[in-house]
Amino acid sequence: MSQNGKSETFLLEMNGICKSFPGVKALDNAQLKIRPHSVHALMGENGAGKSTLMKCLFGIYQHDSGEIIFKGNPVSFSNPRQALDNGVSMVHQELNQVMERSVMENIWLGRFPMKGIIVDSKKMYADTKEIFNNLNIDIDPAAAINTLSVSQRQMVEIAKAVSCNARIIVFDEPTSSLTEVEVKHLFSIIRKLRDEGCGIVYISHKMEEILEISDEVTVMRDGKWIYTGNSKDLTFDRLISLIVGRELTNRFPPKKVKPTDEVILSVENLAGEYMPTVIDATFQLRKGEILGVAGLMGSRRTETVETLFGIRKRKGGRIFLRNRQIENRNARESKANGFALLTEERRYSGIFPTLDVTFNSTIANIDRYTNRFGVLNEKKMKQDTKWVIDALSVKTPGTKTKIQNLSGGNQQKVIMGRWLLTQPTIMLLDEPTRGIDVGAKYDIYQLIIECAEKGNAVIFISSEMPELLGISDRIMVMSNGRVAGIVEAKNTSQEELLRLAARYL
Amino acid sequence: MNIIASVKKKLETKSIKDLLINNAIYIVLVALFATIVAIDPTFLNIKNFGFILSQSATRMIFACAIAGPIVLGGTDLSAGRLIGFAGLITASLLQSPDYVSRVFPNLPQLPVWLPILLGMVICGLFSLFHGFLVAKMKVAPFIASLGMQMVVYGLMSVYFDAVSNSAPIGVLDNRFTSFAQNGINIFGFRLQFIILYAVVVVAIVWFIWNKTKLGKNMFAIGGNPEAANVSGVNIVLNMLAIYVLAGLLYGFGGALEVARTGSATNALGQSYELDAIAACVVGGVSMRGGIGTIKGIITGVLLFQIISYGLVYIQVNPYLVYFVKGAIILIAVVIDTQKYIKKK
Repeated sequence: MSQNGKSETFLLEMNGICKSFPGVKALDNAQLKIRPHSVHALMGENGAGKSTLMKCLFGIYQHDSGEIIFKGNPVSFSNPRQALDNGVSMVHQELNQVMERSVMENIWLGRFPMKGIIVDSKKMYADTKEIFNNLNIDIDPAAAINTLSVSQRQMVEIAKAVSCNARIIVFDEPTSSLTEVEVKHLFSIIRKLRDEGCGIVYISHKMEEILEISDEVTVMRDGKWIYTGNSKDLTFDRLISLIVGRELTNRFPPKKVKPTDEVILSVENLAGEYMPTVIDATFQLRKGEILGVAGLMGSRRTETVETLFGIRKRKGGRIFLRNRQIENRNARESKANGFALLTEERRYSGIFPTLDVTFNSTIANIDRYTNRFGVLNEKKMKQDTKWVIDALSVKTPGTKTKIQNLSGGNQQKVIMGRWLLTQPTIMLLDEPTRGIDVGAKYDIYQLIIECAEKGNAVIFISSEMPELLGISDRIMVMSNGRVAGIVEAKNTSQEELLRLAARYL
Repeated sequence: MNIIASVKKKLETKSIKDLLINNAIYIVLVALFATIVAIDPTFLNIKNFGFILSQSATRMIFACAIAGPIVLGGTDLSAGRLIGFAGLITASLLQSPDYVSRVFPNLPQLPVWLPILLGMVICGLFSLFHGFLVAKMKVAPFIASLGMQMVVYGLMSVYFDAVSNSAPIGVLDNRFTSFAQNGINIFGFRLQFIILYAVVVVAIVWFIWNKTKLGKNMFAIGGNPEAANVSGVNIVLNMLAIYVLAGLLYGFGGALEVARTGSATNALGQSYELDAIAACVVGGVSMRGGIGTIKGIITGVLLFQIISYGLVYIQVNPYLVYFVKGAIILIAVVIDTQKYIKKK
């Protein structure tokens, strides 16, 4: 024990962890050292590598190089089960639960207490109750998961982590869906676990929370370790500069034409019917403008553009296109109004993986290729596909190649091309550069800028602040479903954006 | 005051709507029953219940069997043919020793349990292979079971043709038919043994589903395979066990079916799986997996049996019975879908 009461030996050490995915180095010599009896905050921007590092620890990913030392012994878990058995557990951000089954069954799944061949429900109930009592959780162990609120489900996951007698417990953004009272409760649980000797890894974007709950902080950026230090020596501003800390280089094509003052799209009090939803968003888009949209995970940027595009049910608000009120009740109507949406989940709702480049290029525009008998004009389709390939410099062996055989960046270009063929007035882009390499990113920036310079308008969602600052005219920052502010890109900073992003948390 | 009243009303209507949706199938059952009784009060006769229960007995076994693969998130189109194969085998090995045109004239008289067990084992093995295709080789259950259906039908037809030249196998051993058909009379209500067997099977399946690790794991795998995996459940092994259980029950039910009807051909069991699936779905087993109760399944089976028997009893055009059955399936599925649809 040192003077400040902290143990000198580490419970968990992760040293020099590297992990690459095709085209991306997700972790580059990352390190993390956790003491017993301490809460260790892990911070960084979206994509800094926090979750990847934790998945390497938990055996969901296998790291390429580096060592993990747990309780003095080198370990490498090959699956979550092993990690759990050895006392490393994780409260996942996406709650992985069997919704239809009871609380206690979810907690003991995979290791039910048995009495002969019968699952010992009484013991399961009693054990669950005991853990709940110990943690001051007031939930009926026999209740079905789908009758619980999200915060209660979170408590169940925490209880599950505790039930494994875990020494290391990772919390991945646990408070993103909790109210203030619930956060207090969570913190009391975390402190209790800490006092019992656990090492807690706490991942969050919320600075105040971090400064309140944590003993130590580690900051990551671009997959690298940046900083580790005591929380009490840190201030809010120092933390932000550590997290952002990067200089903007010339990674963006120049934008020659300035947007005009003519407003083409005006959105007033936009709100959706079902949760999670955008709340009361009001903004305008000028001719030739790129409006960047910044926000943390869960800030509902995707929900905003999807509501605008009509694939989520709109509850309130008005949309004006060139001073004419429009409804955009569904994707067809929005398309007819000149909207195009590049969705966030490329694999899920973007590409048709087993079909060829021609199909993927022309599908959104298919009405324009039919003659009066309803027969498709294949020659015209091929021409347009060739245009997509040339104009967007798609690297593909030909028009008949299945799109799943192209790289992610090239797939994204084809989908961009698909929507450009519809000649949209309003282009909605949801994370168009996610998971693609730097070269392809530059091409996509250029396409976005060209699209705006032709007199259209673009809404550009991104989690990467540098690119938002690099190509947007203005940036709208969303926080917890609300518009936290709209700022001029050239007069703002990452610090201001982060502060706005945390405004309604 | 007005506001409070309107809020109260809103709450009430909501809960009534939920109540209707959650119990729709029981409401339909009661309504149908009431209609039949209203049209012909003589339907309320203890004899009729005996008939309905006897006819439902094997169907309950089939429905409980097929429900396992459905709760796992799949289906089993091979069930009917396996039922038929088991029936054919037991029938061919348990013909009356006095019958001169037996398919196996030199076969000594076997104990009744032996051919039944043989049929169960054969069905269990086929289902084991079927489960292997689905759990390990990740073949879509619909396709895997469609292929198994044809494979089994091909084999049973070859067997049928080889042993009896495609003539129906009848004149069964007395001990075998009485094993199923005998019973006791309780105040005019005829409790056939076959009903008791069904009750035992239903109880065993209920026990497995609700009291054993296998049952809990089955619901977990069907409800969220990812969560089950992360929790360390051996998904392949548990799925195999459920498929084998289904196979064994098809085999037992197939033997009972033959003992009940008294003869077998290679057409035995045809499309039984569709009746069983329909009963499960109407009883609230979700085709998405992870949801289902034995109580619901039994209600589903009884509902269909009462429709079939009751509508014929009140002399409705038999073709119309199909219409009613189909409509009930569609209503049940629509309600099921509305319950779980994710609004966005």
